[in-house]
Amino acid sequence: MKSLILGTAAFALSAGLAFAQDVVRLGTEGAYPPYNFINDNGQVDGFERELGDELCIRAALNCVWVTNDWDSIIPNLVSGNYDVIIAGMSITDERKQVVDFAQEYTPPSVSAYVGLAEDADIEGGVVAAQTGTIQANHVVDTGATLLEFANPEDTIAAVRNGEADAALADKDFLAPYVAESDLIFVGEDVQLGGGIGAAFRKSDPELRDKFDAAIQSMKDDGTLNALIAKWLGAESPLF
Amino acid sequence: MFASCADPSTIEGLHWLACYLTSGKHMAFYASFGTVMLLLAITAPAALAFGFAGAMATRSRLWPVQWLGRGYTAMVRGVPDIIFFLFVPIALDQALEWVRHKTICPDWTEPVRRGSDFVVCAQAKLPLSTSPQWVHDTYGFALAVTAFAVVFGAFAANVLHGAMRAVPRAQIETAEAYGMTHGQAFWRILVPQMWIYALPGLSNLWMILIKATPLLFLLGVQDIVYWARELGGAKTSIYAYPHPDWRIYYFLGLLVFYLGLTKISEVVLGRLNARLSHGQATLAGEAQRKATA
Repeated sequence: MKSLILGTAAFALSAGLAFAQDVVRLGTEGAYPPYNFINDNGQVDGFERELGDELCIRAALNCVWVTNDWDSIIPNLVSGNYDVIIAGMSITDERKQVVDFAQEYTPPSVSAYVGLAEDADIEGGVVAAQTGTIQANHVVDTGATLLEFANPEDTIAAVRNGEADAALADKDFLAPYVAESDLIFVGEDVQLGGGIGAAFRKSDPELRDKFDAAIQSMKDDGTLNALIAKWLGAESPLF
Repeated sequence: MFASCADPSTIEGLHWLACYLTSGKHMAFYASFGTVMLLLAITAPAALAFGFAGAMATRSRLWPVQWLGRGYTAMVRGVPDIIFFLFVPIALDQALEWVRHKTICPDWTEPVRRGSDFVVCAQAKLPLSTSPQWVHDTYGFALAVTAFAVVFGAFAANVLHGAMRAVPRAQIETAEAYGMTHGQAFWRILVPQMWIYALPGLSNLWMILIKATPLLFLLGVQDIVYWARELGGAKTSIYAYPHPDWRIYYFLGLLVFYLGLTKISEVVLGRLNARLSHGQATLAGEAQRKATA
């Protein structure tokens, strides 16, 4: 009798676990429009919100969104506070040593400089970029003085108040600021990174494969291109 | 929020501002003031309890207990607060998960530390990844409160220890002459009288605690600083309410809030001081006696 009760309890527990694994926590920054941002209702919104929700539907997963600061976004994935990073993160070899990426969901993105004047010195001047981004690495490589900020918004503010000569970021992120204020694009666009991808713990290949398949199906039926055109603008490269 | 706010791009002026200030995001901002007050309401008594335990331990005649009390105050007081605030929640979280992991999944053969990953079995995770978001928020908040209580408890322990020593020796001698035991003299004579000596130090700590609450932001709790920065940043037309960089106004608002809070605290602490001085053999107590006489 006792073993029967135990057996039932064990079964109930394992059934609960099977259900438990279907809840997937998606981590994002929530400060990088149009990729991800907190909208006026306090909800995560943007390109990656719509993409992530669609991927979860296709992979039959029950997903919830959580936000986390950019500079601790990888450590908190690794320690299991959430299961996926979908936060405009470019796929780089350096990051691949710590996390695994599913296939990229945007083509290799174009980065651009913004400044207040045409003649802003992007080679030898002060250039602002967000900490821990491929853009920050690039600024160091060009020989300009790097001014780092924890969130992307601050890099733009630094250009406006004259602290930096220019800021380097993804062109899709900068385009709305250029369109709606006195900032202008300066110099040539630069091609950095291998596209944006979702990151997973190395110990979690099953989840990665599910997302990989879902991204492939969105590429195949053209819905991903439609999403890119909707959120990132008509000029953004498509698959 | 209101029906007339359905399309913010068509309204302007005061109406726009009214809609803007009642958006869902602003409601979260207003609610976060409650988070800060809740933190203060829980941390203050918790830190006082830590402090009292620490002070009693330091006075203990058993050397291991005394050593523990001294070690606690010396260590916390000697390490920068911010390091403790970053260290305690992570260490506590990993320690709890490790203990749960060892008890819940003893058959798990893979190591917990794998390269840079700290992986415990899914059932041992704190909180469980299946838990609703409010459980995650509460857990994070509880870790933050613990960190605050540990740090401020160490300072409170030092203040209370000093206050206990400041009570005139004659009071204890009298208690002993009446035949009270050591414990009775401590609880009936020393503790009720020590508060007046502890109050200046404790009120300082309270002020510092109020001013330390923005550190919540550092611990990932969405407090008023988080929302002020989030709301104040320049918004392009992708948002329903586009506006330029307004952070200065939001931070100005926080400044007024904190000034108001500390001002109210000063008034309340002043009254408490007057009350505790009543009948004490201190200058303030003597002044009160003369005023009424």
